[in-house]
Amino acid sequence: MRPAVLPTEELMGSGHLACQGCGATQAMRFALKALGPKTALVIPACCWSVIDGSFPHSCIDLPIYHTAFETAGVVASGVKAGLEMRGDTETTVMAWAGDGGTFDIGIQSLSGAAERNEDIIYVCYDNEAYMNTGIQRSSSTPIGAWTTTTPVTNFKKRPKKNMIEIMAAHAIPYIATCSTAWPHDIFEKFRKAREIKGTRYIQILAPCPTGWKLPPELSVEVARRAVTSRVYPILEITENGSKLSVWKDFEPSPVAEYLSMQGRFRHLEEGEMAGIADEVERNWERLLARERMLAAIPGLEG
Amino acid sequence: MKKVIMGNHAVSYGVRASEAKVISAYPITPQTHVVELLSEMCANGEIDAKFIKVESEHSAMAAVIGASAAGSRAFTATSSQGLLLMHEMLHWAVGGRLPIVLANVNRAVGPPWSIWTDQNDSLSQRDVGWIQLYCESNQETQDTIPIAFRVAEATQLPVMLVLDAFFLSHTYEIVDLLEAERVREFLPPYEPTIRLDTADPHSFGNLADPGYYMELRYMIHQAHTEAIGVIEKSQEDFGDLFGRRYGLVEPYMCDDAETIIVTSGTVASTTRAVIDELRGEGTKIGSLKIRLVRPFPFEAVYEALSGAKRVIVIDRNISFGLHGIFFQEIKSALYGRLDIPVHGFIAGLGGRDITPKVVREIADKGLAGTDLERDINWIGVKT
Ligand SMILES: Cc1ncc(C[n+]2csc(CCOP(=O)(O)OP(=O)(O)O)c2C)c(N)n1
Ligand code: SF4
Repeated sequence: MRPAVLPTEELMGSGHLACQGCGATQAMRFALKALGPKTALVIPACCWSVIDGSFPHSCIDLPIYHTAFETAGVVASGVKAGLEMRGDTETTVMAWAGDGGTFDIGIQSLSGAAERNEDIIYVCYDNEAYMNTGIQRSSSTPIGAWTTTTPVTNFKKRPKKNMIEIMAAHAIPYIATCSTAWPHDIFEKFRKAREIKGTRYIQILAPCPTGWKLPPELSVEVARRAVTSRVYPILEITENGSKLSVWKDFEPSPVAEYLSMQGRFRHLEEGEMAGIADEVERNWERLLARERMLAAIPGLEG
Repeated sequence: MKKVIMGNHAVSYGVRASEAKVISAYPITPQTHVVELLSEMCANGEIDAKFIKVESEHSAMAAVIGASAAGSRAFTATSSQGLLLMHEMLHWAVGGRLPIVLANVNRAVGPPWSIWTDQNDSLSQRDVGWIQLYCESNQETQDTIPIAFRVAEATQLPVMLVLDAFFLSHTYEIVDLLEAERVREFLPPYEPTIRLDTADPHSFGNLADPGYYMELRYMIHQAHTEAIGVIEKSQEDFGDLFGRRYGLVEPYMCDDAETIIVTSGTVASTTRAVIDELRGEGTKIGSLKIRLVRPFPFEAVYEALSGAKRVIVIDRNISFGLHGIFFQEIKSALYGRLDIPVHGFIAGLGGRDITPKVVREIADKGLAGTDLERDINWIGVKT
C-alpha cells in the first residue's frame, strides 16, 4: 500500500459525540474525504446515531438520514431512487452501519439491495459487537471474545460470520475490506468505489476502545495488528465476485500479541490463544487458495 | 373515461393519475394486483416512476421513506401481516414527516390464517400518527389516492387509505378514471420545502434529547388537528373539479333520524339499503359512514348524531378486552355533550358476510334496546 496525499478539506467537523480513539469516527472521516461533498448518508441505529450529534447539531456537513436499525440497505436504495427521479444522478448515496446492523438485523435489506445491485455504497464499520447498546455480542464478534452477553465464563464460542463471502455470493461489482490503521487505503478504496456503478460493499475494521477494553491511544496500533497478524485480511473482490486479491505485503506479527493487547481476550488461556492462532492461519491459507483458484479461471485477468 | 375495474386496480389507476415517482411493495393477498398493475405501468412507460422490488414489507416502507426523504412522491400498498411488519417503519414515516401514501387492503390478521376482510390490521395502527381514510367503493378508492397525496403533502403527514378485502379489492365496478393531466391541477408535482440535498445539507432524524422530543410530537399532533380542514378543503376542491364529493363522515337520512347506525367501509352501502327498507316501514332511522378515522372528526360526528335519540355502531374489528374500536371513538366524541345510549355490535370478522339481513338484525336489536349487553354485542357467533 503506497501512501497517498489526503485532501485537507473536512466534511466531518469537530464536536462529534464518540469516545476517544473511536475507530468508527476515524473511518467516517477518511471515507468522506474520498467521497466529497456530493454525498448523502443513511445511518441506521448504531454508535453513529449518537456520534453524529444531538438535534439540532450534526458533525457532518452532508445530508444524513437516520433510520431504523435494520434498514440501511433499503433506505439507501430508496434515497437513490428518490434523488434520481428528481434528476439528480450525481449524488453518491452511502449507507453507513455497524456490524450488528449489517451482519445481523440488517442482512435482509442489505441482501435485497445487493441482489438488485442498487447503486449505493454500503459501509460496515466493524467494531465486532453491538457497542451502542453496551457491548453485546454480534455475529461479527470473533471467537474467544468477551462481551456483556458472552461473559468470560462463557465467552464467544462460534467464529465470526464471514460476511465478505456472503456479499461475494451476491455477485456485486465491488467488495473491499480496510482497517483504520491505513487511512490512505480507505481513501483510495472509497475513491475507486465512488466511480463504480452498482452495489459496493466496504467493511472497515474500526476498533472500539470502550468495547475492546483497550487504551484509546492503542486504537490505531490494534487496527494495524489485526491486519499484520492476518486476523483481519485486507482484500478486494471485483469482477462481480469472481476475482479476489489479498494484501500480503506486510511484516507478519503474532496473533497472540494482537489478542493480548485487548481486555476482551484477557481471560483466554494459552492453549485457547494457540487454537485461535491456528484457525487464523487456516483461514489465511484458505483465503490465499481461493485467490489462486479464482486467478486460475480463464477469462479473468490477473 | 369509464372502465369496469376491480378495487385493487382502482388504487393503481389513482396512483398513475397522481404521478407517483417511486413505488415499492411486496406481494400479499389480497393486495397483490395493486402493484402488479403498477409494475406493468412502470415497465411500459405509462407512468414515469421507479419501482423498487424489495424483499419484505418492512423494506417496502423503508424504501419509500428513503425516496420521500429525497423529495420524490412515493407510494406503497399492503395488507394485514404486511402492514403489521411495517409497523416500526410506519412510525419512522410519521416522525420523519414524510408525505407517503399507503393503500391497505383490510384483511384479517392471523393466526388462524384468514385472507378475508376485517379492520383489525389497519385499526391496530391507529395510534401511530398516519391519517386514515376508509373507502366504500372502487370510485371512492381511486379518487382518494390523489386526495391522499394532496393532504399528505400539505400536512407533511403520511396517509393510509383503506379498502375491504374482496368486497372491494376483487370486485369489479364501473370507475370514471382520472387522467394525470387533469389531476395535476388538483395535485401539482411534489416540491418539498426540505429534503436530502447536498446543496443544503441537514441531518434528519438524529438524536433528540428531552429538550426537543416533546415539541416534535406536539407538532405532529398539531398537524393532525389542522389536517381536518385540509382534508375538507381538498375534498371540496376535488368535488369542484371532478364532480364527486366526499365528506369526513357521510350521513344518510340523518336529519330527522331518531336512530343512527354508524358504519365504515363497504358495510355503509349495505346499511343504506337496510335504512331504505326501515324507512319504508316508517322507522325514523339513518346511517353515518365514517370515512376519516385519524384525525378523528369529532365535530362532524357530533353534528351528524346530535339530533338522534340512539346510536348503533357496527364494528368489523375488536379491541380485545374492551369493545369495538369505532364504538369507543363514537362514545368519546359524544362524551359530555350528548347523553344518549350507544350500542356496540361486533360483526363480520374474518370476512364473514355482513348481509342486509345481518344489518337488519343489528338494527332491530338496537331499536328494541332490550336484551343487549351494555357495550359489546357479538352478532352471528355460533356457540
Ligand atoms: C429494532 C431494534 N432493535 C434493537 C435496537 C437497539 N440497538 C440500537 S443500536 C444497537 C446495536 C448496534 O450495533 P452495531 O450495528 O454493531 O453498531 P455499533 O453500536 O457497534 O456502532 C442495538 C441493538 C434498535 N434500535 N432497533
Ligand atoms: S462505544 Fe466504541 S464504537 Fe461507540 S463511540 Fe465509543 S469507541 Fe466508538
